Amino acid sequence: MSAPGKNLVEMQGVKLTLSEKVILEDVSISLPKEEVLVVMGLSGCGKSTLLGILMGLLTPDSGKVIFNGEDITKMSRSNLNLARTHIGMVFQNGALISSLTVAENVALPLEELTKKSASEIAEIVAQKLKLVDLEDASEKLPSELSGGMQKRTGLARALALEPELVLFDEPSAGLDPINSKLIDELIIKLRDEEKVTSIVVTHEMESAFTLATRMAFLHEGKILLQGTPDEFRNSKDPTISDFLTSFKNKEP
Amino acid sequence: MISKVGMLTISGLEELGNMVGLVQGTFSEIFERVAKGRSPFRMDHVLLQGYRAGVGSVPMVILLSLFVGLTMALLTGYQLRVFGMETLVPAVVSVSFTREMGPLFTGIVLASRIGAAYTAELGAMTAGGEVQAIEGMGIGARRFLVAPRFLAIFFLTPCLAIISILSGIFGAALISELMLDISYGYFFDQVMTNLLIRDVLSGIAKSLLFGAIIGSIACYKGLAVKGGAVGVGTATTSSVVTAISSVIVVDSIFNIFILTFFP
Repeated sequence: MSAPGKNLVEMQGVKLTLSEKVILEDVSISLPKEEVLVVMGLSGCGKSTLLGILMGLLTPDSGKVIFNGEDITKMSRSNLNLARTHIGMVFQNGALISSLTVAENVALPLEELTKKSASEIAEIVAQKLKLVDLEDASEKLPSELSGGMQKRTGLARALALEPELVLFDEPSAGLDPINSKLIDELIIKLRDEEKVTSIVVTHEMESAFTLATRMAFLHEGKILLQGTPDEFRNSKDPTISDFLTSFKNKEP
Repeated sequence: MISKVGMLTISGLEELGNMVGLVQGTFSEIFERVAKGRSPFRMDHVLLQGYRAGVGSVPMVILLSLFVGLTMALLTGYQLRVFGMETLVPAVVSVSFTREMGPLFTGIVLASRIGAAYTAELGAMTAGGEVQAIEGMGIGARRFLVAPRFLAIFFLTPCLAIISILSGIFGAALISELMLDISYGYFFDQVMTNLLIRDVLSGIAKSLLFGAIIGSIACYKGLAVKGGAVGVGTATTSSVVTAISSVIVVDSIFNIFILTFFP
């Protein structure tokens, strides 16, 4: 485990090309422990791809992806799988295993990756479901859940192994304002109480400024700005200003 | 035309390479897991897949094999009767069903019934991001999803082939008694006399190979799905067509190999 203040995650000069199209070019970001980095940008700019690289689901053409001092792009599959147990991811569509109940979904990483007993697993599952306020839905199948409940189940599953880093892919996308606020509150709770380091990909400006301790703006595969929320607000970059203005114009 | 054939050959070889890569990756994940002192897969998953692939396919295999055996004995008997040799029917049907028809019919039934189900399931999981989530958690999607399915179909194909062989021979005995005046006693006595252990082993080896082929193709096609529901449909069709064609082609190659090297 790295000490607070030291970078938990670092991407250095990452380039990714998919089907001959450059998705990310010379992307460098860093995130100290116990901070929340919000990555913003227009749809299709490569935000979710960035998370895929951090999870080791995509391998960049060049550059380094350092997690806890080790470059995950150079790891063997076995070590990569080990590193992944320290990273939780909440997918945009929940990505819950459709044939398993809510409780079974949350228990899955514990059963597969730890040697905990059934009673210990049941206790952790109950605790995580309580955290996301889903104790009553533990026996439901994902198809019986609303979008917000699916995201919260995904969050409970991501937290099951007590990861050092949690990645959120569009956590509020497609949710009503109440559920969206609920998810934001959970991320803040993780940040303030559990001291979990997080990277949140979103284009929901309100969520972004509520959650972020640091922000990065991704545009056409490149990081235009990385800094504090205040630096972001005061940015003179025309693309970022346009992005902020469009959001302000949307507000009632 | 030549370039089209070349392109098809290259893409076919690429698919074959990817499929071999999937099987190799699955075994490598299994061994890594075993090396850590953990069970490589959940036994309840293997049993569930075994139930679906094996027990669920029994009625269809029995029905098809019974009627194929019956028809085969009838047509062969009528042809042999011209030469007064209809008493050869038990030997012809039992040997051909054991070496050829039983494993082949089982392969075709499993490719269409179980191969399609595997591809559709894994395809839907791929399209829904479930496979990515399992991989992202560090569980190992191949070990968790492919291994139980592959093992179930690999070990159950020979079991079903034996059921198919017995059903086919029983169907042949039935029609021989009814229409060719060959009694059950004579029929089964001739089966026991003419059927060699080598025939049985050849049929079992062939069906193990078919199980491996169907399992690999079905799982590979499912995990390679792109493009949502349409992609799942396309992959399922492709899986069934590829698996049935491969089973028939491999069957011919296997027969040539066996008859050449173990005559």
